[in-house]
Amino acid sequence: MELLRQCVEVTRKDLLLQWRTRSRFASVLAFGVTTLLLFSFAVGPDTTVLRTHASGYLWLAVLLASTLALSESFRLEVEHGAMDTLRLLPADPRVLYYGKALANLLSLAALAVLLLPFMVALYDVQVVMGMGRLLGLVLLGTAGLTAPGTMYAALAARARSSDVLLPLLLFPLLVPALVAAVKATGLVLEGDPMDQLGGWTGLLAAFNVVYWTLCGLLYRAVIED
Amino acid sequence: MQVLQARALTRRLGPTWAVRGVDLDLVEGRMVMLNGPNGAGKTTLVRVLATALRPTAGSLHLFGRPLEAVDRARVGLLTHADGHYDALSARENLRVAAALGPVRRPLEEVLELVGLAPRADDMVGTYSAGMRKRLAFARLLMKDPDLVLLDEPYAQLDPSGHALVDGLLAAWRAAGRTVLVSTHMVSRVASLVDDAVRLEGGRIIWNGPASEALAAAPGPGPAGE
Repeated sequence: MELLRQCVEVTRKDLLLQWRTRSRFASVLAFGVTTLLLFSFAVGPDTTVLRTHASGYLWLAVLLASTLALSESFRLEVEHGAMDTLRLLPADPRVLYYGKALANLLSLAALAVLLLPFMVALYDVQVVMGMGRLLGLVLLGTAGLTAPGTMYAALAARARSSDVLLPLLLFPLLVPALVAAVKATGLVLEGDPMDQLGGWTGLLAAFNVVYWTLCGLLYRAVIED
Repeated sequence: MQVLQARALTRRLGPTWAVRGVDLDLVEGRMVMLNGPNGAGKTTLVRVLATALRPTAGSLHLFGRPLEAVDRARVGLLTHADGHYDALSARENLRVAAALGPVRRPLEEVLELVGLAPRADDMVGTYSAGMRKRLAFARLLMKDPDLVLLDEPYAQLDPSGHALVDGLLAAWRAAGRTVLVSTHMVSRVASLVDDAVRLEGGRIIWNGPASEALAAAPGPGPAGE
């Protein structure tokens, strides 16, 4: 129970920091919207193509924007050595990881949800299987990005070129989650006549279980300098 | 009782060997001054001794335990990197520390002690360097560790801040705490410390009673600084 309480404290601290620096979140959201807009410019006015690939464009926009958000969350930790202070308090590394990852999950899920209306408007998308399923998938997908994203952002934070290093480390690892999220979202948007949604959602859930467990265990090694 | 025992302690920072083969013992209740020119490796050594940095080679035992099993709740560190979050107030920063680590002294008491009570609800980002240092002392006092490691505790402080540090050192000495204080203000702490250590090029070139070191000026001892 003590670990859970401390985990909540870390999440609360991170959410408070994100709220106090919310102009940065607005910048990340604007970046995501711009990315969606650029895809529509790149493809052209063919709404059929845009609609067919809407889920891919959405998740790429979320992925690109999330690397900025994750980097930012750790910039605040290394700026004045707060990470060292937390380690020496001494706080359990699992508490630091799960507390921060939970705050990042809430932040990235909010980002993805805010991008949905832009996707619907820009790509003329219908949500055939309902908004409830779509929101559930957004939560599952962003959880898949957050678990390894939080760990790799911690790893990259101390490097000189952390903004470049994070995507280089993270993107190859996220391929299975990205493919599953894109496929599952596409099915929710356009319908699932072949009953494939369960398989892709299952893959995404399995990815989440593996990485939320593994990253919590490895975080100690990552934050020790 | 042996509080700290370092043997052949070495730490590399990039291409530089910041600490080279340091052997050091700290005995319970003793106050030791660490001194040396800029770039001697003092900050790195203090951070390694506080377990904030892992040694590249050598061994470190704190309170009889090896590095991997050290109880960090008994170790306090104050360095240039103050570890505060700019977007939180002083009180909120201390609350985070109190939620994640042991607290021996109440938050309000330490805020009062360091003179920050009137501005405890202001964002730390609006603080001067001296106020940030006072807040770092407040966090250290809240934890009230058995082993206190201070890196340039007088830096950035005004005369009243200097008097505050003098008072804290005297109080720690009276309470039987073990203190290692890295400072260039030799004459200021001379009357408080038992032993002196001088570091140059990452190596200890002097380790002995402070009275002998000070009497040897301008020889190899700390008074040569």
